[in-house]
Amino acid sequence: MSMGTAILIAAVFVFAVICALYLSVTAGRLDRLHRRIDSSRASLDVQLARRQAVASELAASGLLDPATATVIAAAAHAAREAGDQDTRIAGDPLVNDGRRWLIESDLSGVLAEVFDDSYEVAEVMALPGGHDIVVSLAGITRRVQLTRRFHNDGVRACRQVRAHRFVRWFGLAGRTPWPSTVEMDDTPPTGLIFGPGEGRTLET
Amino acid sequence: MSRDEGAAPIPGVSGQRTLRIGIVCPYAWDVPGGVQAHVRDLAETLMDFGHFVRVITPVQDPSLLPDYADDGGRPRSVPYNGSVARLTLGMRATNHVRRWIREGEFDVVHVHEPLAPSLSLLTCWAAEGPIVATWHSSIARSRALSVGYYIAQTAMEKVSARIAVSEYARRTLVDHIGGDAVLIPNGVKVADFAEVAPLEPRNGRRVLFLGRTGEPRKGLSVLLRSWPGLRHNFPDLKLVIVGAADEADVLAQLPAEDAASLEFLGPLSDHGKARALRSADVYVAPNTGGESFGIVLLEAMSAGTPVVASDLPAFRRVLDDGRTGAVFINEDSSDLTRVLSRVLSSSAERESLAAAGSARAAEFDWSHIAADVVAVYDSVVQPGEVVKVDLRGQLMGRWGQRGSTSGVR
Repeated sequence: MSMGTAILIAAVFVFAVICALYLSVTAGRLDRLHRRIDSSRASLDVQLARRQAVASELAASGLLDPATATVIAAAAHAAREAGDQDTRIAGDPLVNDGRRWLIESDLSGVLAEVFDDSYEVAEVMALPGGHDIVVSLAGITRRVQLTRRFHNDGVRACRQVRAHRFVRWFGLAGRTPWPSTVEMDDTPPTGLIFGPGEGRTLET
Repeated sequence: MSRDEGAAPIPGVSGQRTLRIGIVCPYAWDVPGGVQAHVRDLAETLMDFGHFVRVITPVQDPSLLPDYADDGGRPRSVPYNGSVARLTLGMRATNHVRRWIREGEFDVVHVHEPLAPSLSLLTCWAAEGPIVATWHSSIARSRALSVGYYIAQTAMEKVSARIAVSEYARRTLVDHIGGDAVLIPNGVKVADFAEVAPLEPRNGRRVLFLGRTGEPRKGLSVLLRSWPGLRHNFPDLKLVIVGAADEADVLAQLPAEDAASLEFLGPLSDHGKARALRSADVYVAPNTGGESFGIVLLEAMSAGTPVVASDLPAFRRVLDDGRTGAVFINEDSSDLTRVLSRVLSSSAERESLAAAGSARAAEFDWSHIAADVVAVYDSVVQPGEVVKVDLRGQLMGRWGQRGSTSGVR
């Protein structure tokens, strides 16, 4: 074997090792991003379930006028059913996610409409038990908003890595489906926001 | 996701569910600084809420640490980003962080200034699980960022939730790293300023300046240029300077007859600073730049002292566009003279500014700010899961980990 061949073989070997290392590190990154998305998506389910529970509790509390209570109860019930269905078919997120986010957006819309000014909020808070439940609602609507944002941040970071050509050529993502962001209206009711931050809620 | 969880107590209200929180401070605890003060106040407020908090931080003298803080090692002087920074780094520090994470069993780890090459970056590297990161400063020189882009990018991918304390900090993040952050401003402990006793009363109206006199961006020279004119309008006026001062240099910028109107208090403790603010008639912040938030304005407003500040965007934001404090055109001494004269001559305006300022500062009280931080924690915490040591960072660790994780995943 000539000197030149030996150098060539060595160079190819070093190149292969570097490639393998790079691929291994990238696969690790992807794996981590996928797990992060899984847990943020699970968190979002938890927060939405809590929001639905607080809304139902509010509707049943007798603190609201019957018309408002009915509208909130209906929206919360629909959100609960959509959530249950979504959980049952977990693993195939494409089946009814779109419909579910519309229903969750409806609940946001109803809450935003009811608590759109501080007068309504103050009226409910003045009633016995009203303060606690309004504070819970403020807290949970803010948490839904935060959780969805953090989830979508993770999805975008993951997509960025997956779009890379090496990741596609070498199939580093395996069979994990292309991650999708959650698109829904999660704006907390304006009557429940105050302060210098972008959306702080009343928690004192 | 069982439906039962929906009926569980809402962790929204502070104190209903206790979290184990680990906070990482990248800069030496015993060196005064904005990030250190932020970490201290946040940690103490979270503990007031009933949460379990541990802080890990570099420190020169470990005996100075409060009981909730752990010694993260000595800071070293390292040339970084054009100046000498005091940072803690190296394998010893990394192992220290790993042990802290393992023993803390935290529900969430909150790193501050995650790209500072100190304990924060090490934590992003060494930890795995719910990690929250807060950006404090805007990084003007981004060379360090682009050189370490891959490192930064990889570390940031592990951060589940990102917070920026100001619009500047957020823009740095959006421009250099990508993605977005939630804006949660700095807090102020209103009671620490509102309830202290003023310094003993002295004759004359007092204008207060805070900061090192040698730092041009603090803008003392803008104030000194307007001083003779102000003294002409108000012969009894005193200028109180708090902070490390080069007295000869300051006095050289003034006519000799004005020298007696200056009073140097030197660097003061937080408590001393609060007392000095309380006893001033007006606090002036003539900063010409380099401010990304303006916490000191909030401190003055908490003390009930009217604020006159330059119209830096960060200051305008805290002052609600001039509604809760008077602003003058940045670096314009004659405009400063005009605005300050107006405020000094009208006790009605001083009182209304002080009242509006107190109300504004109350919005930034740590009890509110920290409640929103808890909302962020809640949105990333996984029930039954704690932050673990990430062995992927090390190749050897990776092989060692293989056997044990394959069964779990």
